[in-house]
Amino acid sequence: MSHASVHQHTEKDVSRLVEGRGSNQAVDNGPYNLQGRRHAVPQHRHVGARSMAPLILTHYTVVSALGKGLTETYQALRNRRSGLRLCDFEDVGITTYIGRVDDVEDMFVGGGSTSTELERFDCRNNRLALLGLQQDGFIQAAIEARERYGAHRVAVILGSSTSGILETEHAYCRRDPATGALPSSYLASHRYTHNMFSSAHFVRTYLGLRGPAMVISTACSSSAKAFATAARFIEAGFCDAAVVGGVDSLCLTILYGFASLELMSSGPCRPCDENRNGLTLGESAGFALLEKSEHAGRPGAVVLLGYGESCDGYHMSHPHPEGTGAIKAMQAALLRSALTPGDIDYIHLHGTATKANDSIEDTAVHSVFGSSTPCSSTKGWTGHTLGAAGITGAVIAAMCLTRSFVPGTLNTTRIDPSLSSHVLLENREQPVRRVLSNSFGFGGNNCSLIFGTI
Amino acid sequence: MELYVNGIGTLGPGLAGWARSRAVLAGESPSCEATPMEPSASLLPPNEQRRSSESVRWAVHVAQEALEQAEADAREVTSVFASSDGETGVLDRLCTALAMPQRTISPTLFHHSVHNAASGYWGIATGSQQSSTVMACYDSSFCAALLEATAYVHADERPVLIVAYDLPPPPPLYAARPLRGGFAAALLLTRTPAPCNLAQLDLTLSNDLSEEATSMDDARLEALRRGNHAARSLPLLAAIARQCVTLVRLEYLEDQHVLIRVRPC
Repeated sequence: MSHASVHQHTEKDVSRLVEGRGSNQAVDNGPYNLQGRRHAVPQHRHVGARSMAPLILTHYTVVSALGKGLTETYQALRNRRSGLRLCDFEDVGITTYIGRVDDVEDMFVGGGSTSTELERFDCRNNRLALLGLQQDGFIQAAIEARERYGAHRVAVILGSSTSGILETEHAYCRRDPATGALPSSYLASHRYTHNMFSSAHFVRTYLGLRGPAMVISTACSSSAKAFATAARFIEAGFCDAAVVGGVDSLCLTILYGFASLELMSSGPCRPCDENRNGLTLGESAGFALLEKSEHAGRPGAVVLLGYGESCDGYHMSHPHPEGTGAIKAMQAALLRSALTPGDIDYIHLHGTATKANDSIEDTAVHSVFGSSTPCSSTKGWTGHTLGAAGITGAVIAAMCLTRSFVPGTLNTTRIDPSLSSHVLLENREQPVRRVLSNSFGFGGNNCSLIFGTI
Repeated sequence: MELYVNGIGTLGPGLAGWARSRAVLAGESPSCEATPMEPSASLLPPNEQRRSSESVRWAVHVAQEALEQAEADAREVTSVFASSDGETGVLDRLCTALAMPQRTISPTLFHHSVHNAASGYWGIATGSQQSSTVMACYDSSFCAALLEATAYVHADERPVLIVAYDLPPPPPLYAARPLRGGFAAALLLTRTPAPCNLAQLDLTLSNDLSEEATSMDDARLEALRRGNHAARSLPLLAAIARQCVTLVRLEYLEDQHVLIRVRPC
């Protein structure tokens, strides 16, 4: 009988070491001695996080309105080419811009050499997921991990906020006029398209994986939190590796929903601009293969150093006015990675370009990092991809680390003078050792991730 | 790894509250198809009680019961919410509105449609800023949450609250996902013994499917278990109620079993 039992944790509890607040005590971080990494405890109050062993992102990729895969994404960032366009999604009559991925309408999940088992997953969300899997050799990397560890030892942990709801929106337009019943074809496919587990179910089936699987759905922090859950699952011994990431695709619910909240800009979003007037919605799919460093370590590899999660406990759609939840998430990520604020070279902001969100994130970032750490939002390139924003930010962070590059903020002409953080407008070429990426969602759900290299 | 159960909340047909459920699950009282109790969810301010969905109130109701039983402070507790289908009542109204020519939806309806609505309302009601994860894994959603809660307790040592809930969807969606009953269960778990412990759990993940997953002897409870993912927790709750050493097997997708050694405290 093969058991994946939960083994006893051996790392020291960092929270015990920070009792002497403000002291710079060294932390034993186990066998993972990261180059240039200062082993110091952040000087802030105990937020309940323990240090973690870094996990390698052995492969990663993303598809968004910027393009398919790492090269196209990097070129668009580097050349400051936005992926946003006037809304041309279905027959949506809202004056706004969107970050739509080309060609998804013409795809089909299944067919060709794939098994018929996959066809039932066909919907925009899973097409986008498939497009993501197909980039940068990700499928092959996942299959190799499956062969290396065994199918049961590789988890699939993805984030999504609306899954394949577009199928249900379409089905509601085709209800039986007499009975109100939904079309039978929809009823049969609901589990594989709209149900919240659909994307992980699809990816797991496609890759032939049999380990733990789930979809995290905490709105816009979903796919950032997928990293946290995967890290815990590897640490607990439930799996040896995990396909993490997320996918969210355009649908009527989010377009008309954000319009109803009056949070959507009529033009391309302008994060941190003094005249910013709302977000631009986008869609993306991204994946990372997360493994323990002793199995997959190689110099220069990108690693997850820490994660921090929190809630606002304040309002369903408005962040805590003082940013206390966001502060807590960033502090917890620093504590878990045993880094100080000064160790972070760049902050990838959630930066949605709504008045309140950017202002409150600025307050939070400034309170943890002061005004010298460079930060920027890439939403002017991709739009806000909601449940996939976390993985999109993670892949951009990985590109910053490997290509010595920091994106500025696109579409923004004058930074809001009331912001105190060091917001970059222009791109920079500079060595980057560690990046913190923020994702904050409805329901006041926050997650910060820290990436570095070994 | 050991875990301790400090508090349990339940709501379902004939299973309103842990005191009642414990007696039924231990075989001391007969199971009955009683009308499900309306959740009180008194922790929610009156305004939020009025605005929140039925499934949010079910989730908050059982979460509140588990925490009160354990005398735990919600502000110190990490939470893991599990729902296979989420806010189906809200989604029905949303998709109905989007099928009309003018596509007018209310902002409140929209932000209530997120899968983490219950988690968000729990945070607002308790003021808790601890991490809250919300997950979906179809019929294995409770199992996924149990693994996540175990991993959380292991990583952070904070008490972790699991809240699993799902209600039958409204008519048009019911045909797509015929969930039976309405069921919600909450368990407060800690890594070390607390002043009040209902059971000790030892959890492992197994690939060996040679033995059947644990089912319920009582036909009514077995129908509930099969019909609603949140009620997949019933074999575990029954083992805790019976207060004897039991090995519970829960199906995790089609590929694995979660084995839980339950010991009385």
